[in-house]
Amino acid sequence: MEPVSYTFTESEIAEIQRHLSKYPDKRSAVMPALWIAQEKFGWLSEEAIKLVADTIDIPYAHVYGVASFYTMYFKEKVPEHLIEVCTCFTCGEMGGKEMLDYVKEKIGADARGFGKDGKIWARAAECLGACDTAPVCQITNRRYVHQLTKAKVDELIAKLEKGEEIPYERIPLTDQSIIDD
Amino acid sequence: MDWRTYQKILLPDTPDFHKLDVYEKEGQGYQALRTVLTEEKWSRKAVVDEVKKANIRGRGGAGFNAGLKWSFMPPKQEGVPRYLAVNGDESEPGTCKDRRLFEYNPHTIIEGALIACYAMEMDAAYIYIRGEYADWIDMVQAAVDEAYAKGYAGKNIMGSGQNIDVFVHKGAGAYICGEETSLMESLEGKRPYPRSKPPFPAQVGLWGKPTTINNVETVGHVPHVIRNGADWYLGIGAQTFPGPMLYGISGHVQRPGVYEFPSGMLITDLIYKVAGGIRGGKKLKAVVPGGSSVPILRADMIEGITMDADSLRTVGTFVGTAGMCVLDEDTDIVKFLIRVSQFYDHESCGQCTPCREGTGWFVKMLKRIDSGEGSTRDLDTLLELCDTMEGRTVCALADAAAWPVRNTIIRFREDFEAKIKFKGAYAVA
Ligand SMILES: Cc1cc2nc3c(=O)[nH]c(=O)nc-3n(C[C@H](O)[C@H](O)[C@H](O)COP(=O)(O)O)c2cc1C
Ligand code: SF4
Ligand code: FES
Repeated sequence: MEPVSYTFTESEIAEIQRHLSKYPDKRSAVMPALWIAQEKFGWLSEEAIKLVADTIDIPYAHVYGVASFYTMYFKEKVPEHLIEVCTCFTCGEMGGKEMLDYVKEKIGADARGFGKDGKIWARAAECLGACDTAPVCQITNRRYVHQLTKAKVDELIAKLEKGEEIPYERIPLTDQSIIDD
Repeated sequence: MDWRTYQKILLPDTPDFHKLDVYEKEGQGYQALRTVLTEEKWSRKAVVDEVKKANIRGRGGAGFNAGLKWSFMPPKQEGVPRYLAVNGDESEPGTCKDRRLFEYNPHTIIEGALIACYAMEMDAAYIYIRGEYADWIDMVQAAVDEAYAKGYAGKNIMGSGQNIDVFVHKGAGAYICGEETSLMESLEGKRPYPRSKPPFPAQVGLWGKPTTINNVETVGHVPHVIRNGADWYLGIGAQTFPGPMLYGISGHVQRPGVYEFPSGMLITDLIYKVAGGIRGGKKLKAVVPGGSSVPILRADMIEGITMDADSLRTVGTFVGTAGMCVLDEDTDIVKFLIRVSQFYDHESCGQCTPCREGTGWFVKMLKRIDSGEGSTRDLDTLLELCDTMEGRTVCALADAAAWPVRNTIIRFREDFEAKIKFKGAYAVA
């Protein structure tokens, strides 16, 4: 594997500068800078965290402390695509757990949830704020897939395996015209 | 006002309402901001007073009068900046309304935040949005950019001489960041451990400066109150909990969704008329009316109960976030409670012993009961554990974890006991 060079490009630094200018204290740029680092490197290694610390000039231990608190920052090397299925509250009652089991079975997940081919991993999510379209899942910290079914999971995994983008699934405003009296 | 003829205010069906030009043309967009910035009669105090009179009850869960909260800000000191934190963390299970606003009406949030900043003499508003909402964060940022480009935010807004910035901050996956002091720590770039109060945010808030925190929907109501007046707002819905309400209805109903109606709707109307009743012709077992932490209601408790604080109090529960989860007769209530408890166990920040340990014990003991290994004494131990958690910690997460346990055990005791008596076997509903 090619060695990763732990530097930010000029445009990434400009982006971090832009974030710094939003807050009266430079520490506030920690989260946006960690997001930029994770987008770039795929996860937050010691080197990536150090790069963030050096770029905004705050102690490594502080940046590490922040990074380690949040679930969306990956502190270990993970496969490229993550399927996070909500098994919480409403989704739990609407088949979320069964959907997660199905995803894991399909990708041949190990104990950590990592799939056999090393490209996809899966884990349970807490409420994703889309309970009215339960069960739902989120793909790699961005796209939501709503009203999951096994067929939808099949389609989703096929797309991820082919490296296709998961489109934004727009949920229209709820139709309030039907009233059962 | 009959809810059947109600015209939506927060989530209008107007196509492309999220776009600035449509918001301006079809929604009188930014006219409320223009009015308060340019008309003599709208002093800062007059805005606070109008919002207070309207009694906008906070939509983040606690239902506190927004204008009253605004009035707690200390007098402005020259050279000391002040901030508004707009809470878009939306992580309380069952809550799915703020996301609709981000997508379909972001400008009402931005306009409301700007009016709030004017009223409380603040320099900037930080809209904190949970990291999972990456797509919606982009939508809100796009709307903020439009507002800046039009001169509605930033320096010398509409030539008024007022400077107010609006920034969007992306979270990274932690329910606790929705708690207001944790949110401030997160924004400050620290580990988001909640702070003990006092001092209150109005005195010592973001970066140690006077700060007010409001939910995104709460500030979204503000432009409407300014445009139409407090009396108009007070005429919508429940008298003591007025205004439009976004009901996020999920679970075992025919038509789940986020519905906008006046506050104070009958729970039975919401379930049977609005959401089409229980799917598959099943019977109702329980309703959690306002997010996972509010006390659960048995089906036989909801008759005549409306979605406002006064009515819900009579059955020992709250409006919360108005995110309503409907459960049918097949629901295994013990398993349901286990999953809720797992959520709080996962999300406890670990700062206070009663919360860190208690949330873990909930899960362990409930699982034991579920597996048929429990005893009736375990139920009493669980209730005692609730006593040791409620009101004894830095933030209210411990209470939020204890309420469902306490109330589910009390209100569905027979479901728990059934698992205890018939060792290992499941109760047939
Ligand atoms: C554990 C915990 C989580 C919370 N999560 C949220 C949240 O996601 N969104 C929110 O608006 N308020 C949340 N709150 C309430 C906030 O602390 C605060 O009361 C609210 O944002 C104030 O806004 P409002 O008065 O407009 O409702 C939470 C409170 C607690 C204790
Ligand atoms: S109550 Fe729980 S979440 Fe709140 S500060 Fe204490 S340990 Fe953290
Ligand atoms: S419970 Fe799954 S999105 Fe809310």
